[in-house]
Amino acid sequence: MIVLVYALIALAAPFLAPYSPIMQFLEHRLEPPRSAFPLGLDQLGRDILSRVLYGARLSLVIGLVVVVVGGILGTTVGVVAGFVGGRLDNILMRVTDVFFAFPSLILAMAIAAALGPSLTNTMIAIAIVTWPAYARLSRAQALVLRRQEFIEAARAIGLSDMRIMMRHVLPNALSPLIVQASFNMGEAILIAAGLSFIGFGAQPPTPEWGVMVSEGRDYMTTQWWVPTFPALAILVAVTGFNLLGDGLRDLLDPRLRRAV
Amino acid sequence: MNRYILGRIASVVLVLLGVSVLTFFIAHVVPGDPVLVALGEHAREEQIAAYRHAYGLDRPVPVQFAVYLGRLIRGDLGISIRTRRPVADDLREFMPATMELGGAAWLVALLLGIPAGILSAVFKDRILDHLSRLGALIGASFPVFWLGLLLLGAFYYRLQWFPGPGRLDVVISPPPMRTGFLLVDAALAGDGEAFRNALRHLVLPALTLGLFSTAVIARMTRSAMLEVLYQDYIRTARAKGLPQRRVVALHALKNAMIPTLTIIGISFGSLLSGAVLTETIFAWPGLGRYATASAINLDFPAVMGVTLVVAVVYTLVNLFVDLIYARLDPRVRYE
Repeated sequence: MIVLVYALIALAAPFLAPYSPIMQFLEHRLEPPRSAFPLGLDQLGRDILSRVLYGARLSLVIGLVVVVVGGILGTTVGVVAGFVGGRLDNILMRVTDVFFAFPSLILAMAIAAALGPSLTNTMIAIAIVTWPAYARLSRAQALVLRRQEFIEAARAIGLSDMRIMMRHVLPNALSPLIVQASFNMGEAILIAAGLSFIGFGAQPPTPEWGVMVSEGRDYMTTQWWVPTFPALAILVAVTGFNLLGDGLRDLLDPRLRRAV
Repeated sequence: MNRYILGRIASVVLVLLGVSVLTFFIAHVVPGDPVLVALGEHAREEQIAAYRHAYGLDRPVPVQFAVYLGRLIRGDLGISIRTRRPVADDLREFMPATMELGGAAWLVALLLGIPAGILSAVFKDRILDHLSRLGALIGASFPVFWLGLLLLGAFYYRLQWFPGPGRLDVVISPPPMRTGFLLVDAALAGDGEAFRNALRHLVLPALTLGLFSTAVIARMTRSAMLEVLYQDYIRTARAKGLPQRRVVALHALKNAMIPTLTIIGISFGSLLSGAVLTETIFAWPGLGRYATASAINLDFPAVMGVTLVVAVVYTLVNLFVDLIYARLDPRVRYE
């Protein structure tokens, strides 16, 4: 439910945000929250509420791109590996293992450093970090499914492997993948914010939450609202996605047991 | 059992090979020509050619990789562009600090997470469970860098309960360096003051780094315990009249620990990742901060060196966990 609200806000941001996120009201620098500026102003006089709202759009886009790209890539690899089996499976799984050997932020940082600090490169980096999880999951599903009777039946009719994989294996493998995608969104947002915090992802003046916390770092003890609200936004968003993932998992699990 | 161990070690070797390939590949994907980065944009043709030749960049890629691998095996990770020292020396200097912090955080995660998960499962659906689950949910969603800022602001700045950034107060002279772990070195030297001071400096960063893993471990322990607690053999134990506590501790816990063990191994990875952010905030002189500084300065040998070493450490930790797992769960060995 939180996710719905969040998504709505993110989409509506340009209309909800009272001010442009980069417009400055320098004479009002660093003022505490009040009616005209509900979340206060940052060190350059920009309205924090607007920036947080725009940041929501940004983070949502980042998360979606990462999950879709990584998900498609990973699922393809996994389904092929699980379904075809044999040497191909072995090779693909070894490659997945190699990617798994790297802690996420470290690898993302290395890739981002290699490609250069920009938002697009951050998305690429995070996508590269997250696809292996989908591969493992979908492979496990494919392994189970390929022994099912309906797959045998499809083969017997003469459907090509490719067709079987796409039309029959994939739809049935989706449930844990969707759960993973939900958790992944939260994870992606955290990694993106972390990278931006260090200086790798979005660059100022882009209103990305990680950048905002980084810029507001020095004001933590005095004008606390500057770094705190974007950080809270991250917290709420990620919690929302984790909740969604939890909920989906509970929903889909007993159904899985019944179906199989 | 031996077959399993050998099998695992073989695959680890393969993975490490793959890791070096990937690291090499990333270093080569650098869009900016490394030559230009080092020499500047106005370098002359002869300089560029000479540089290329000196660094072997004009040889075919597979040859370069072979050279790279050869160096790796000898422990040569290249020279850092930023510090102008061998990367390996840099890493050796900064690794203990991160290991100490990571170890402390891991300890925190285990000591807080596992009991939390157990209690949550035993008192399922009561207040304790709900609170614990909420805490775990939020803990798993918390941006590490903000948590560090928060704890620093509250406990150092406002309340002055704990010291600020760094491993040791400036006025205290560090104990003679033996392991690089301040706690161990101070203990070995009998330096109580340094020990206590280092410990106090360790608290906030360890809590910051450990929160995420605590949450993850707590959730996993809870679900593992729940799975086990409803099994038939637990009912049998209860029916026999065994006291609840004994049932839980002896039978349930042992079996629940097995899937949790895997998660504990994986959580080490998130500790390494989190260290990057935590060390930056707490000015902790470890691998994380080194990695960040190197990355920002586009010091590729250093970045690749750190990435490689971290991956190796992580892989070894997981190997260790898998072996313990095999020892505990006989089913795994006979696959």
